[in-house]
Amino acid sequence: MQQTMVNKIMKVDPRDAKLAMANFYVAFIALLVGGLAGLLQVLVRSGQFKLPWGIGYYQVLTVHGVLLGLILTTFFILGFQVAAISRTVGPLTDGQRKIGWLGFWLMTAGTVAASVMVLLNKATVLFTFYAPLKAHWIFYLGLTFVVVGSWTLIAPQIMRFFAWRKENKGETSPLLAFMVTVNNFLWIVATLGVAIEVLFMLLPWSLGLVERVDVLLSRTFFWYFGHALTYFWLLPAYMAWYTIVPKIIGAKIFSDALARLAFLLFLIFSVPIGIHHQLTEPGIDGLWKFIQVVLTFFVTVPSLLTAFAMFATFELRGRELGSKGLLGWFKALPWKDSRFLLPFIGMVAFIPGGAGGIVNASHQMNQLVHNTIWITGHFHLTAATTVALTFFGVAFWLIPHLTGRVLTKKLNFLGVIVGILWATGMFIMSSAMHIVGLLGGAPRRSEYSEYGGATQAMEWIPYQIAQAVGGTILFIAIILITYLVIQLAFFAPKGEQDFPLAELAPSAEKTPAILENFKVWGVILLAIILFAYTVPIIDIIQNAPPGSKGFNNLW
Amino acid sequence: MHLHKYEKWWMVFGAGTLVAFLIILGIGAFHSGSHPNDSKKTIDYERVEDFKPFDNPGVHKVEGKDWDYEVVLIASAFNYNPGVIELPVNAKVKFIATTKDVIHGFQAAGTNINMMLEPGYISEYTTVVNKTGEYLIVCNEYCGTGHAFMYSTLKVVDPNATNDGE
Repeated sequence: MQQTMVNKIMKVDPRDAKLAMANFYVAFIALLVGGLAGLLQVLVRSGQFKLPWGIGYYQVLTVHGVLLGLILTTFFILGFQVAAISRTVGPLTDGQRKIGWLGFWLMTAGTVAASVMVLLNKATVLFTFYAPLKAHWIFYLGLTFVVVGSWTLIAPQIMRFFAWRKENKGETSPLLAFMVTVNNFLWIVATLGVAIEVLFMLLPWSLGLVERVDVLLSRTFFWYFGHALTYFWLLPAYMAWYTIVPKIIGAKIFSDALARLAFLLFLIFSVPIGIHHQLTEPGIDGLWKFIQVVLTFFVTVPSLLTAFAMFATFELRGRELGSKGLLGWFKALPWKDSRFLLPFIGMVAFIPGGAGGIVNASHQMNQLVHNTIWITGHFHLTAATTVALTFFGVAFWLIPHLTGRVLTKKLNFLGVIVGILWATGMFIMSSAMHIVGLLGGAPRRSEYSEYGGATQAMEWIPYQIAQAVGGTILFIAIILITYLVIQLAFFAPKGEQDFPLAELAPSAEKTPAILENFKVWGVILLAIILFAYTVPIIDIIQNAPPGSKGFNNLW
Repeated sequence: MHLHKYEKWWMVFGAGTLVAFLIILGIGAFHSGSHPNDSKKTIDYERVEDFKPFDNPGVHKVEGKDWDYEVVLIASAFNYNPGVIELPVNAKVKFIATTKDVIHGFQAAGTNINMMLEPGYISEYTTVVNKTGEYLIVCNEYCGTGHAFMYSTLKVVDPNATNDGE
């Protein structure tokens, strides 16, 4: 019954659509510029190309990481979520929308400020900005604006969701709105880590107000945020898989309760696991590293749930269409629909991506791959394929829906081409990265170097050339996406593009109320975070060496 | 909450695999003592050469310890001291390293010898070098423009075969 309620609101309110579109413009500009930076990197690293005009490799690397890892993702996700909220629980109030716009402009101003400092080569500290490399204070302040802006843009989403709950006492909230809310809570909890790092450590230090910074503590706060960040990217993709993809293939949502449970498990397990990024670092006790390894493994469970739900949905739909045999349903899926194909390729990429993640997070196995280019290959499968392709699949219908246009046959076909190009380019690039990282130990975050002609380094070069080939194909796909987004936003024929939101299967069981009780889950989350971080952080502070002065003369 | 029968099987299988894997990792860590670098020793990064053992970087044979060799290494932008490390095959070695400035990596490519060097901390890792060959040691944590040109060599040699074929 709940879904009939939801479907009364069929369209995103045009005023909310504007806010969502503003976010998408920034996101896709970031994709183009950040993608270009990625192309330059693979070309340089192939050894066949040198950057002109004194541009540094690591400067380009910083642009790529910040624009794609932080700007594209955050803007796209918040745009999608504003649209999802407006579609499922109703338009924002005028006041809420004003707060949302304020958030958007704060984020945009921060992006511009940080980008300018990177372009001036005053902040070549990469996406992870590890102290004691010290960027210009405007870079850190810019990033602070992005984070504070994101909170400001999230606030109206949360307000609207809880207003709906008040208006509809006793009813189960729409699944998509619930998922948005979980992801928003995840983001707020996670960004507290980076906010503490930047506001209380890096910013005063780069301004010269304090002389020294505790390097290990700053890294621990960074990774408290940094791993949860990857789930903030992933969950919107999961939202699309659970609530949008079934509708596109003509199916229903397999289980509402299961989907909610998966999201809540992500919420409570995504934050207290950041130390698995620090396994090879000194200063953190082996026992506590291991505890976070165990917690990291728990986060696999909701992904397993999701995999089951997805393939159950596909199979049920295929059988409904009359396909026979064990795998006959596979053929019945709408392969020529870009709105389905791209998220599907994303799901497939998450199988090796997730398995690789288990390796990375494993206590001792991590030593073989830590900071090798295997890691780069890993997150180019998870973030840059699973998440990115799902986002593009969403953009292909959401942008025309918001601008009052339609995804024509021709544009859909180009969307399919994007999916194929992306899969091909990423397969070549990411496989090369995985192989040479695991078997050869080739480092990540490094420009072209022959390392004095060492035999091992010579063996890496063919793989670097393969990365350049894959990266070039990916950039061609990005150009095509840019063309598509411009078409869908400004030139495609006017019309009604559906917001494909699936209904719950009639056979699905009623959702237990406990899954909607944020207080309970909040307490559990807090307890696990305190458990996982209290001792390590006290330890790091009590056992601290003299802090570090900054270095801004090394790049 | 209702779970489908196949879903229960899938979850039991999936979670069971994870638990089995964790038990293996746990036995490796707490029974065999195979932890990644987790040294908690600290140092004043601005005066590392004033302290033992960093007043004498290099490869040292030691007596009366659980290991036979100590490799004492200082990293700085963009250089390792010592530049070449030579060890006999099958030696049990403790790598003791630190940095004088920013964060560096210390990885013998293609091996498990891989740790982060952070200002103020001493990183330690003990292992047996059981395969002869020349391994490229690379800095695998970004440290500035010279990052990719910061490297050294680990030579694992067989002392009994030194003159063969030369």
